[in-house]
Amino acid sequence: MSALGKVVRAGVGRRRVQTLVMTLTTMMAVTASVLAAGLLVASQAPFDHAFAQQKGAHLTAQFDGTRVTAAQAAATAHVSGVTAAAGPFPVLSLRPHVGTNDSGMPVGDRLPPMTIVGRADPGGPVDDLDLTSGRWATGTGQIVLPDGDAPFGIGDRMEFPDLPGRPSLTVVGLARSVGMSAEAWVSPAQLVALTPPGAVPTRQMLYRFDHAATDAQIGADRAAVAAAVPPGSMTGAASYLKLKLAASRASATFVPFVTAFGVLGLFMSILIIGVVVSGAVSAATRRIGILKSLGFTPAQVVRAYVAQALIPATIGTVLGVVFGDLLSIPVLGEAESAYGTGSLTVAPWIDLAVPAVALAAVAGTALVPALRAGRLRTVEAIAVGRTPRPGRGRAVRYLLGRLPLPRPVSLGLATPFSRPTRSATMATAVAFGTIGITFGAGLAMSLNDIQNGLSRRTPGAVVVQAFGAPAPPAPGTDPTGPPATPTIKPAVRPKAIAAKISAQPGTGRYFSTGQARVSVTGRAGTTTVIAYQGDYSWGSYQMVAGSWLSGPGQAVVPSGFLKATGTHLGDTITLTANGRSAPVRIVGEALDLREEGMVILTDASSLAGLRAPVLPESVEFDIDLRPGTDPQRYLTSLNAALQPLGITAQANSGQLSGTVIAMDALAAMLTLLLLAVAGLGVLNTVVLDTRERVHDLGVLKALGMSPRQTVTMVITSVAGIGLSASALGVPVGMALHDQVLPVMGHAAGTRFPAADIAVYGLPVLIPLVLGGMVIATAGALLPAGWAARARTAIALRTE
Amino acid sequence: MDAPIIEIRDVSKRYDEGRPALAGLSLEVRAGEALAVLGRSGSGKSTLLNMIAGLDKPSEGGVTVDGVRVDSLSETALAKYRRERIGMIFQFFNLLDDLTVEDNVLLPAQLAGVPRGKARARAAELLEQLGIARHARAFPGRLSGGERQRVAVARSLMNRPPLLLADEPTGALDSASAADVRELLVDLNHTGQTILLVTHDTALAASCATGTIELVDGRIARDVRAAAR
Repeated sequence: MSALGKVVRAGVGRRRVQTLVMTLTTMMAVTASVLAAGLLVASQAPFDHAFAQQKGAHLTAQFDGTRVTAAQAAATAHVSGVTAAAGPFPVLSLRPHVGTNDSGMPVGDRLPPMTIVGRADPGGPVDDLDLTSGRWATGTGQIVLPDGDAPFGIGDRMEFPDLPGRPSLTVVGLARSVGMSAEAWVSPAQLVALTPPGAVPTRQMLYRFDHAATDAQIGADRAAVAAAVPPGSMTGAASYLKLKLAASRASATFVPFVTAFGVLGLFMSILIIGVVVSGAVSAATRRIGILKSLGFTPAQVVRAYVAQALIPATIGTVLGVVFGDLLSIPVLGEAESAYGTGSLTVAPWIDLAVPAVALAAVAGTALVPALRAGRLRTVEAIAVGRTPRPGRGRAVRYLLGRLPLPRPVSLGLATPFSRPTRSATMATAVAFGTIGITFGAGLAMSLNDIQNGLSRRTPGAVVVQAFGAPAPPAPGTDPTGPPATPTIKPAVRPKAIAAKISAQPGTGRYFSTGQARVSVTGRAGTTTVIAYQGDYSWGSYQMVAGSWLSGPGQAVVPSGFLKATGTHLGDTITLTANGRSAPVRIVGEALDLREEGMVILTDASSLAGLRAPVLPESVEFDIDLRPGTDPQRYLTSLNAALQPLGITAQANSGQLSGTVIAMDALAAMLTLLLLAVAGLGVLNTVVLDTRERVHDLGVLKALGMSPRQTVTMVITSVAGIGLSASALGVPVGMALHDQVLPVMGHAAGTRFPAADIAVYGLPVLIPLVLGGMVIATAGALLPAGWAARARTAIALRTE
Repeated sequence: MDAPIIEIRDVSKRYDEGRPALAGLSLEVRAGEALAVLGRSGSGKSTLLNMIAGLDKPSEGGVTVDGVRVDSLSETALAKYRRERIGMIFQFFNLLDDLTVEDNVLLPAQLAGVPRGKARARAAELLEQLGIARHARAFPGRLSGGERQRVAVARSLMNRPPLLLADEPTGALDSASAADVRELLVDLNHTGQTILLVTHDTALAASCATGTIELVDGRIARDVRAAAR
């Protein structure tokens, strides 16, 4: 081995702690960068990527099973413009009941109509499903549900008591279809078994086309397919473009905060690599002097030290890529749930680009101090050694020594002033960590407040639905059209329910809501109106601006409505139906994301003149109990009273949004990662400082400094920096939060109430400000322990 | 007769394999003595000093100083022991360059938790006594070697330790400064200060020690004191 190689190997081998710290720091930085870059890339058009990966269907068509044979449906695959097709799959729309389950759902509850597709396997040339857990339904009694949407888990059961033989299906798998081609999948044989006597399943075909980028192109494709079957036999066809729009909106909500975290992570990683590498090379100045005195040329010295930095950095980089890819599985899994798309993975080029940039950063940052050391006169390099340049921070040290503080504390507080640049970089690392935690905590609190605000639209402790939840539009149907209500019995009359609720002991106050569809003058199509009856004064949504309804003639609308219609608070809008009109004045802007905010809330009396019928299945009662009433006993008693009507009351457990949970989880993971990188940055800096000051430490210990005093001094040397960094990082994190939240709201099509954004109260700020100190202290604990345990005799010999 | 302030019994010290640094050494030093430990490099002088200062622990045997069994103390107890019972002077002074002379001298008292006023008064007294009061606000780097060693002596005496350990105190000084420090040590001993002086400078030993021992290969090869007793 050449002399240069020996020097490099010895340098790496002898400084094991520093080598380990550099490896760990590079690893964490690369892990964070891979994740951050992966998330940033995954946030760019996630629907498009997942759709392409799953070969999603541009058009999902349904044919009348009585008029179109399977062969005829299959033949549509050869229509001009079709590049791939799958099907025909038999389809039924059924209303299952909740069976035994571990998901906490009340057994026997009737579920909304569900589109069930009979499909032999999840793969295929179109709509190649991701089976996210469990297995595919291949036998009888098995069903697969969409991942993320259904409240069911694997092993839960669904009952079909209305069908002959009362079949019962067990959930055996969860799958993700970006194109949302079904709400459940069973084997074709099972679908036949579920088909009611005399009924014929419709046939589903999935297509991909040459040209499918616009509504017009999809329309032309649809017409071509329709022309290939008997006229009128294509009963429905759904374009992927509507799903894309909705998915883009969901992912757009995430992009601002993922971008904020990603940029923080990348910047911080480069900073930390710079601190670690330049510190390591600077610390070796004396050794460089010795090498030069032995005849090493400046170029050899530079090569030796750049190589010495690159060895642990390369190991760390490789490990970082591996860990980054491994960690990306849960992190991108959360992003998948959030984006509502298929599986996201770290793009392969990221696994190449991040290590390349990281190693270039290492070589670059090592080169600067190595070149400086290479240019140093040999005698200077030896003399400079590893001690900080004398004179720096003396005034501060002198002044701090005058304060009535224990000496180890004042000595510790003065330490950062000896190495101002290094201290500033460490402060920056801690500040980034604090920004991350402030932003992450604020985001979680805001999302929680927003979630609570959204939950206020069903404020009662007990909820009674005249007919379960309103049915969502089936895949492929126009959501603005009449709702699908296949095979359901008529809803119970609201008056009968109200009578039961009024008669129930423990009922405090209650109101009912029901949906109607009306037109709004100046706007095409119909809009959902939620009509309130009874004492709804306590049923206020969370208001963004203005006030809640106080009587007929008033309307409260979400931000989306105001934006879409160009109206403002105080404006009067005219509702029309059946050739009649009713003016209502907008008195409030509410937080509501349903139907992209295109909802009008008003007193039912406001609609009296329109004769617009309230959809019976949409009627819901919200009940507030008298103080002291036991909700469970009330529920049992009310359910007994409602039994003759065939409906049940439910405790209002609130709704947890999957998107909010995913955002919280993602924010928590990213915050933890930033904290770990910041902590490692501190650890490395304190290791370097401790090594440089090992002789001084020996002197202090020889003079009687106890292990506890030593730890106190080392911890204090970073605690002050941590506190200062927090003082800087917390306001920046708050500002970032205050900027990003409205952008997220904008992406979701709403404004957020000011109270949901102003979440940083004093009880939150104090721990956040102290957080920087905690990060710094955590990073310094290990080297502080080493300093306390360092053998004094050896430390004293270290010059 | 006074009880020994240092009592070393059959102390051996081995580092890894090979020849021991100290080999079954026994030694007693009485209060008021100024004992010079002579020997060549590697003879075990510094190891002996480290054992007495509690900076290192013997592989075998026991070290008792001022009634305290040093080799069995915990790190925290050793710190307290060093603060209260010994003062140390080093060849290269070991002053903290970023602290003023006064702050350097104050350190042992501050680490021991001595009240500020009392500590300052003691530091002022020592600086005055050692003739370096005018340098109180200066940083050590601006002082001559002799002045720096005076600061180190002042620091070592801050907590009035019963035992002063000096490791080659004139080794880094020019002859004038060395003579200055020699005189200082003699004066200190005359005031009753017990001193253990490690040196290879026989002139220094002769001028300020009341007795000498010479170490060879970790053993006492010659004890002039014993011969004189």
